[in-house]
Amino acid sequence: MKNIGNLKEFACTPDRFQGGHRLCPGCAHSMIVREVVNATDDDLVVSTATGCLEVCTSIYPYTSWDVSWIHIGFENAAAAISGVEAMYNALSRKDRLYNEDRKVKFVAFGGDGGTYDIGFQSLSGATERGHDFLYVCLDNENYANTGGQRSSATPIGAHTSTTPRGRVSYGEKQRKKDLTMIMAAHGCPYVATAVPGTKHWKDLAQKAAKALSTVGPTFINALSPCTTEWKFKPEETVEIADLAVETCAFPLYEIEDGHKLTITYRPKQKIPIEEYLGRQGRFAHLFKPENKWVIEEWQKNVDAYWEYLQRREEAGV
Amino acid sequence: MAQKYELKSKEVWDGNTAAAHALRQAQVDVVAAYPITPSTPIVQTYAQFLADGYVDGEFVKVESEHSAMSACVGAAAAGGRVATATSSQGYALMVEVLYQASGMRLPIVMTVVNRALASPLNIHGDHGDLYLGRDAGWIHLIANNPQEAYDMTLCAFKIAEDSRVRLPVTTNQDGFLVSHTAQVVEPLQDEDAYKFIGDYKPLNPLLDTKNPVTHGAQTEEEWHFEHKATQHKALMESKSVIEEVFNEFEKLTGRKYNLVESYKIEDADIALIVMGSAYETAMIAVDRAREEGIKVGLVMPRSFRPFPYNEVAEKLANVKAIAALDRNSPMGAMGALYNEVAGALAANGQNAVMTNYIYGLGGRDTTAEHILEVIKETNKNAEAGKRVTDLQGFINLRGPKLSFN
Repeated sequence: MKNIGNLKEFACTPDRFQGGHRLCPGCAHSMIVREVVNATDDDLVVSTATGCLEVCTSIYPYTSWDVSWIHIGFENAAAAISGVEAMYNALSRKDRLYNEDRKVKFVAFGGDGGTYDIGFQSLSGATERGHDFLYVCLDNENYANTGGQRSSATPIGAHTSTTPRGRVSYGEKQRKKDLTMIMAAHGCPYVATAVPGTKHWKDLAQKAAKALSTVGPTFINALSPCTTEWKFKPEETVEIADLAVETCAFPLYEIEDGHKLTITYRPKQKIPIEEYLGRQGRFAHLFKPENKWVIEEWQKNVDAYWEYLQRREEAGV
Repeated sequence: MAQKYELKSKEVWDGNTAAAHALRQAQVDVVAAYPITPSTPIVQTYAQFLADGYVDGEFVKVESEHSAMSACVGAAAAGGRVATATSSQGYALMVEVLYQASGMRLPIVMTVVNRALASPLNIHGDHGDLYLGRDAGWIHLIANNPQEAYDMTLCAFKIAEDSRVRLPVTTNQDGFLVSHTAQVVEPLQDEDAYKFIGDYKPLNPLLDTKNPVTHGAQTEEEWHFEHKATQHKALMESKSVIEEVFNEFEKLTGRKYNLVESYKIEDADIALIVMGSAYETAMIAVDRAREEGIKVGLVMPRSFRPFPYNEVAEKLANVKAIAALDRNSPMGAMGALYNEVAGALAANGQNAVMTNYIYGLGGRDTTAEHILEVIKETNKNAEAGKRVTDLQGFINLRGPKLSFN
């Protein structure tokens, strides 16, 4: 497992994910990806689902990837990396590895569309089969690449282009699907949540390092605040991510062996959810009197989930 | 190291067993597959080979055909030999990834045990799946019996992996009629089969991590057209490689395959064009028709893609009337074989009266008698020098007669 060290040291790691890509200014994807690919000194093969990350980093004849990289489609990043990993095992058994002296790790990236929704079957299958890989969900809570439609990661009340606020609508009606727990229920040896940024950068890097040094399927659900669709200023990305943690809208925790839950960051004082929702244009309509109940519902959900996590951690079962 | 499998000079195998042995002998590095009737026995047999130590590659038992082909693409891009098998609905679920596999120029070999597409659900043989993948950028080879299923699968690896081709290949065999019909097959010994195919020759493998490569990039209007045109060129030019491989295979086995197969076409006045197991049924019908004085011949493209249009036209240069038999519901048009052959004739300035017959959907039996009837109708067109029968007819269809003109 790579020792992450301090930020200065970590920031000096040679880039495996190059700048000059076409992601939006202020996009959290690139922050998360850089941390993950630099969280190991081993070689990497990366598979990426169709989505913002893929279309912005692999436009022929350019590539942002200084590691072996493959994209096939929207719903099959996990199946693709399972094939790569299977080939590695086959060639290893047959003494035909290309670089005997290198250790190789396998990573897949998908957005919430490619992970929670259309790619969930292939992720579940690859996980159940026990392939040795890390899957990182870049969860920006909507189909940002196609213009901000809802996904099953979209939280209640959010305005998206397919759940617009309107005269008779408060936006998204469903609560966010709890994919992290679903992945833990697969019995993965390691599952975690993470956010990008300056405050919790090390939490993310350490979780990635831990996942990459764990044998078997591992999963990190990384919240990726989306300046374009959440509607905040590009320079506020890190602040929004921090608020998600401080309000417990997106708590930081890890689960080992499918059950052992550890909260990795505990806000000193939980901030009311309005502070998080109020900073994002996608929730602006919730502050109208007729929609206030949605904010109350949000707070209730957040409180209940935070309570659940703490009780589960205490129980240690 | 996988154990050698002792084979007799003659084995009794059905098409599925034959295909499974070909995969074993190719020493495939990764098979990723999902069971579906009637191709299921291929993966079951392969699993048993693995369990008994006759295979030392990986067998990824995926959760769907979509993931089967996706894992095949990942594995092939990683840098090794890859194969799978499927049928019908499984093929349909794969279609998206079939295009990606060929666009990424990955030499995956897939045995397709041809079966009808739902709805209505039907597990029996027709060419619905083959026709569905027609434009997917794969080479599609046709096998009419278990021996050919074995031979074509061995040849498929050599064609797919040739550096001039680098395209995925399907080998097609009719569901049940070939896949579950045991016949005598003369296999090669393991070492001879492997030597014929040769070692896998990697190109930009992902697992060569010292030399990172990007697979599956995005192209828009600046480059997409050039990529697809280059891919088409490789497919068109694969004809010469297919012929080379067939010639080499003949030297090894004495079994001769051609881009276009034919039977008694040399002196024929009329011809039938047909693919799959019905070709063998049609041979019987041709012999009977010839006893009755009708000079009829048969033509079959061994390769449905690339379609050997000039070679087909050449075979049909001297016939006056042609019936194209399609084992697929044409759904609003003439059958694909009709259209391809008509195009091939037009391209070569040839004329023959052409008709189209739809047969065998969902495993409906097509006998020599049925085909003899087609021959007689086609002969009427030849004698009249113009079409006097229906443009599109249906063989052995119950209910009131259906035809289109």
